[in-house]
Amino acid sequence: MMAHWLRRNWPLLAAHVGGWYPLASLLLDAGRGRLTANPIQYITLHTGKPALVLLVLCLACTPVDRFLAVRPALRVRKLLGLYAFGYATLHFFIFAVIDYGLDVWQMLNIVAKKPYALVGFSALLALLPLALTSTRGWQQRLGSTWKKLHRLVYVAGLLAVTHYIWLVKSDVRQPLLWAAAVGLLLLARLRAASPLAAATRAWVRRQLTRVP
Amino acid sequence: MQSIRSSEITSAAEYAAYRRTLSRRGLLGAFAGMAGGVVAAACAPAATATDMQPAATLAADRTAAPVPTAAAALAAAPASTATPAGAAISTDELGDAFTDRASVIGYNNYYEFSTDKEGVAPAAAGFAVDPWTVQVGGLVNKPATFDIGQLRKQFGEEERIYRLRCVEAWSMVIPWQGFQLGKLLQAVEPQAAAKYVRFETLLDPERMPGQQQAWYSWPYVEGLRLDEAMHRLTLLATGLYGSALLPQNGAPLRLVTPWKYGFKSIKAIVKIDLVAEQPTSLWMAAAPNEYGFYANVNPQVDHPRWSQASERRIGEFSRRPTLPFNGYADEVAGLYAGMDLQANF
Repeated sequence: MMAHWLRRNWPLLAAHVGGWYPLASLLLDAGRGRLTANPIQYITLHTGKPALVLLVLCLACTPVDRFLAVRPALRVRKLLGLYAFGYATLHFFIFAVIDYGLDVWQMLNIVAKKPYALVGFSALLALLPLALTSTRGWQQRLGSTWKKLHRLVYVAGLLAVTHYIWLVKSDVRQPLLWAAAVGLLLLARLRAASPLAAATRAWVRRQLTRVP
Repeated sequence: MQSIRSSEITSAAEYAAYRRTLSRRGLLGAFAGMAGGVVAAACAPAATATDMQPAATLAADRTAAPVPTAAAALAAAPASTATPAGAAISTDELGDAFTDRASVIGYNNYYEFSTDKEGVAPAAAGFAVDPWTVQVGGLVNKPATFDIGQLRKQFGEEERIYRLRCVEAWSMVIPWQGFQLGKLLQAVEPQAAAKYVRFETLLDPERMPGQQQAWYSWPYVEGLRLDEAMHRLTLLATGLYGSALLPQNGAPLRLVTPWKYGFKSIKAIVKIDLVAEQPTSLWMAAAPNEYGFYANVNPQVDHPRWSQASERRIGEFSRRPTLPFNGYADEVAGLYAGMDLQANF
């Protein structure tokens, strides 16, 4: 029974585990008093980064199916997106409530003057309607508009990596890698990539059927 | 966080005892207080209470709280072994408590060892700082190479309680020990052509693994204008919290310029040159539009990408407003009279 369930649902299980892991490890760090001498910065970074990673994984689902014929990837796409939204929300609330104590004037000042904060906030705003319309009911109600609306996820991805690039002190190598990943995943969605997708799918199928 | 061997921790009692010893030796500077007008007692052991007055008054005006100047205590009762003020100082002149020592020695920006602030202490553990020599030269009449022990002996050690404001918008209050850079510079006799001081960190990628990262142009270089370097607040630190500097804090010799962002206080110095042209620091080279030569703490001049209006004091929950020149405007603003601080950031 259990084995059967696992065989069917392991991707969902993996997505849930991956989705809760960053928060669990953060709480564990907190419990052990290992949030560094600058705990607010630590929890800000350690909710922002998981939001980005989960968003990139979410963006990767469709290409992984399209190029590598891994169907289960599509089943976790929504989950990963929702977890990314969850961490982005947490990240924003840490900034607004804990870091700036809801000092709205100071926050507005920063958002107005500092593009990285504005860009990060825009990424969250781009994800908001997607999270709200992520249910099957909304998908049916919106019909073809739903698909168009959910292309916003790429906008969110681009805004998120820009936010990351702009906040590091000088060494942008890591943020640029994430930006490259988002760029690549975006290119993979273009129609021009279709022949390549067909070729890699066929290749993967051949490898799978060649099992002796 | 890196766990700290209990043997490394200075207990409050030991620290108080250390401070009493310093007071007795007449070494405790007035810089627990605000320094204004008062050169450290070490320089002027015969300083009278009248000499001390301006600083005490100045500090009192600003804090209203009892003035925590060791100098005042010293002037009142120089030989006392238990001057309450001398023993009890645990705040800066604005009344803010010293940052917890564990944070001071465990949360460090020191890319030569690690870009992870909590990773610096473990990566720097065992970094040998003896023997260590410091070459002082350039446009001077008496170039010299000093052994670190010789430096300490020749220029002494006094205490300075300074705020450290990192460009990343966090800050600490640290009791440093060290000597005024000006004393060393006077000893080597700068020539008239010398306009700037250029500092260089040890270049040794074997022992400083961060230097194997080619992203930055090692070694770390920093610079000061000669008048900034000669300023009485400018310190070459050899210790903090009453014991010798640990490798993660820049042992055996680091610069401390409390009115400038932390990255100006170059660590593990091996070379000090007097030069005619403005030196280009490592950070200026890495991002010229973001890190300037002056790097004076200024809440009005933001980093291009983030605000410098407020900061988080390590150990505190709420942000606090950043003060112009990190609270040392009375002492140093004059250095920049007439300069456009937006342009000369």
